[in-house]
Amino acid sequence: MKKIATRDVYGRTLVELGRENQDIVVLDADLAKSTKTIEFGKEFPHRFFDMGIAEQNLMGTAAGLAVAGKIPFVSTFAIFATGRAFEQVRNTVVYPGLSVKIAATHAGITVGEDGGSHQSIEDIALMRVLPGMRVVVPADAEETAQAIRTAAASPGPFYIRLGRAGVPQIYDSSYRFELGKASVLRQGEDAAVLACGVLVAPALQAAEILFNQGVRVTVINISTIKPLDVKAVVEAARQTRAMVTAEEHSVIGGLGSAVAEVLGEHYPVPLERLGVADTFGESGSPEELLEKYGLTVAGIIAKVERVIARKKTMFFKQS
Amino acid sequence: MDNNLIKNLEEQAKIVRRRILEMLAQAGSGHTGGSLSGVEFATALYWHEMRHDPKNPAWPERDRFILSKGHAAPLLYAVLAERGYFPVEELQGLRKLGSMLQGHPDMKKTPGVEISTGSLGQGLAVANGVALAGRLNQQDYRVYVMLGDGEVQEGMVWEAAMASAHYKLDRVTAFLDHNGLQIDGPVAEVMNPEPLADKWRAFGWHVISIDGHDLRQILSALEEAKKTKGKPTIIIGKTVKGKGVSFMENQVGWHGVAPTRDELQRALAEL
Repeated sequence: MKKIATRDVYGRTLVELGRENQDIVVLDADLAKSTKTIEFGKEFPHRFFDMGIAEQNLMGTAAGLAVAGKIPFVSTFAIFATGRAFEQVRNTVVYPGLSVKIAATHAGITVGEDGGSHQSIEDIALMRVLPGMRVVVPADAEETAQAIRTAAASPGPFYIRLGRAGVPQIYDSSYRFELGKASVLRQGEDAAVLACGVLVAPALQAAEILFNQGVRVTVINISTIKPLDVKAVVEAARQTRAMVTAEEHSVIGGLGSAVAEVLGEHYPVPLERLGVADTFGESGSPEELLEKYGLTVAGIIAKVERVIARKKTMFFKQS
Repeated sequence: MDNNLIKNLEEQAKIVRRRILEMLAQAGSGHTGGSLSGVEFATALYWHEMRHDPKNPAWPERDRFILSKGHAAPLLYAVLAERGYFPVEELQGLRKLGSMLQGHPDMKKTPGVEISTGSLGQGLAVANGVALAGRLNQQDYRVYVMLGDGEVQEGMVWEAAMASAHYKLDRVTAFLDHNGLQIDGPVAEVMNPEPLADKWRAFGWHVISIDGHDLRQILSALEEAKKTKGKPTIIIGKTVKGKGVSFMENQVGWHGVAPTRDELQRALAEL
């Protein structure tokens, strides 16, 4: 299957939005060729601002454009957007609730060869903790395009997490992305896998393999991490009583933590979290790194088997 | 220059100082010294220089003022209240639970506050963004931003300074409230930012150095800024922290302390 990087779709969608709406402006920090904002810059040079290698100023300037009525899309690598400029995002963008759309690329370990310094595995946690921030991790090309359009059309701040590497198609054009709404891709009663971003496709593959072994697994794409679709999470817990999360992010603070918070308060069931296990990444090809850190079909299957085993143990203990 | 204008502005400045001291005494905490040092500049903007309408704070064509040194919130609040953006009685709520006047400026709560500030170093970048938007919209409003001399120790100020010049934002005018003191002591001893004029010039700015309490000098610097094309202007105003109250002037201890009732009475008597 043909793979498309979400950043490529982002670049194309920005150009479309630029044609439709004069108020769309785009800012980058010397990574326009990598984040794909260069496409917008070529067509709308006067609405494109390269701020140089200065991410704090990047966010502050975007805030100024937003406060004056523009709709700024801001791009750089996820590590810099959320790490280097965290406090600018916190105090000058999200605290005043400004309509700045941070579309960060090169998130997660699939950045690959650039190594651990550039592999953001903390960004979901950092953005999720901010009151009023909307955090979206699209799973494929179609969802990316729609999420970008949703961000442009909705007032207030957004964080959209995009990747460097290509991802397989999950959705066709009949899909309708809705902010805060989980997308159930497959139904089963033995366990539920809640995935986001590049791990949605492996979750579906894992479910298919398990199906052939007689294990029925629900697969849900949680593309909006915040506001989280609490109803969908609780419903999946109620139906399966065995939950697995899968994300290309630290196991601390991301999707797994968000789901754990909901389960702990609403419907406690065994939970297994697949993610980068509290460690930094390193250089390697994206495939090699996913393999090494266990973010694979086999990794998801192992978590599902483990959580089902835990569910059974709990069941026997209770009875 | 019109003598009456200067006299009126001087009278206004006195009222603003009075309001600052009263609201700080009422609040029991807050930043006194750095609010008093910027009084003349803010007064010149709001009573003379800026095109604005207190009854219509969102007027798209208005000139903007951004208080980058957000801890001088009492100065901004005094000016906004005196100009009629909100009732003067609100000043008594400064820093209190449920008040529209937060410890640092909050644009969501206070009419006339253009952007929330308080975390230092961020206002100039916002001013640049506002100015870029004005240019795109072919609006001719100007953007004024007040910086502290301790604040310019923040690296982000220089990222923004580079960008203002790069984008030739001649509608951005900064005022550097050069009062020489920060929390830990004299700015020159804590982390010396000098030579300030040379630094800003090297970053591509037009630099005007004045006495930051002299209204004639302020008004003529603002005129010069408006006539300066192709680059942003910074007015470096030599000021006195705690200006107007003898026992507060140049005292580092008055950075983040409010006057007691007794100190307030002594201070008001001097104004």
